[in-house]
Amino acid sequence: MKVLTANFVTCAVKDCKTSPASFPLHFHDAELEQEELEFQPEFIRNILPRIDWPALCTTANELGFPTLPESKPEGDKLEDEQTLKDLHRLLLETHVTEGKLACANCGHQYSIKEGIANFLLPSHLV
Amino acid sequence: MSRPEDILPPDLFYNDNESRKYTKSSRIRNIQANMTSRALELLDLKSPSLILDLGCGSGLSGEMLSEVPPSEGGPHTWIGMDISPSMLDVALQRDVEGDLFLADIGQGVPFRPGTFDAAISISAIQWLCNAETSDVTAEGRLKRFFEGLYASLRRGGRAVCQFYPKNDVQRSMISGAAIKAGFGAGILEDDPGTKSSKLYLVLTVGGGGLTGDITGVVNGMDDVSVLDARRKASEINNARAPRKGDKAWILRKKEQMERKGKVVKASSKYTGRKRRIAF
Repeated sequence: MKVLTANFVTCAVKDCKTSPASFPLHFHDAELEQEELEFQPEFIRNILPRIDWPALCTTANELGFPTLPESKPEGDKLEDEQTLKDLHRLLLETHVTEGKLACANCGHQYSIKEGIANFLLPSHLV
Repeated sequence: MSRPEDILPPDLFYNDNESRKYTKSSRIRNIQANMTSRALELLDLKSPSLILDLGCGSGLSGEMLSEVPPSEGGPHTWIGMDISPSMLDVALQRDVEGDLFLADIGQGVPFRPGTFDAAISISAIQWLCNAETSDVTAEGRLKRFFEGLYASLRRGGRAVCQFYPKNDVQRSMISGAAIKAGFGAGILEDDPGTKSSKLYLVLTVGGGGLTGDITGVVNGMDDVSVLDARRKASEINNARAPRKGDKAWILRKKEQMERKGKVVKASSKYTGRKRRIAF
């Protein structure tokens, strides 16, 4: 699972939809992997406005990355190729292959195996 | 032809063997590729986007999303959801680029509001018409699915779902559920009336560049005729039922009686007029 995806996924339990604590999901025992991908500056520019920056900082912190700048790069910084490349590396090239995602609201843990997160819910939680 | 939907639930039907067969068959790959390119044409994406692939299976459709050339606005990044572990396993072996989720789309779409630019689904949502356990209903699953999808798309986003409804009941159940969730919906049918006819449910989320209604999606496309089955508001107002006692009502009754073999007086311009007192 890409770090980008982790910035968008929320808890699937219905009661958590209304709770702000259900996002972002928190990583536990995560194993990371880097995979080369073609650099697409346009995609990064397209997706950046939708990224929740505080959540990304939390995730990066949990995964043991150096701290990110406090605010989202905007305006002129989007023209700087190095900034975009760093973001590309973090968002698209970094994968979580094994581990767990936990919801801070209900405590449900979604396991990640071989990069695939299991979001099937038992029927009593749906 | 038997429908896999009638045999087993999707997570059991697509076991290791069935998933491998499905992905290897060149006939299925060909059909899937055609449908995916048609769906991409309907989505009309101009720049590299984030796409949700619902029922991605072994990534046959997702693969095409990653391969869209830059001249046509690609390549796109996609996230796939599927309920069959075996299908996802095949996808892993094929080393697809998208992120995969083992999830049931009938349980909702677990993403933040406004996440995706577009969504695509190839031959998947008819599975939602089957309720596999007694504690869920097909209507409930469709509702959860479309509401989740509606929320996870950004304003102006589009979704194209190719599906195989079993009959007209399923077709209207699916499109009805989409409209209830708030989508602007239309159905595009390729090769209607033939065995290989394909249905695409085209969904729009308001507030985008689309001018006019859902028929605007196919503007400028060749060989597409628009068949508008919606009743116009003015039509509803104009179509008054004949009131008891007026001329149209009398003529209708006379016709009915005539058909029964009764003796009926001939109709003329005086039929239905009042006999007013002369003085």
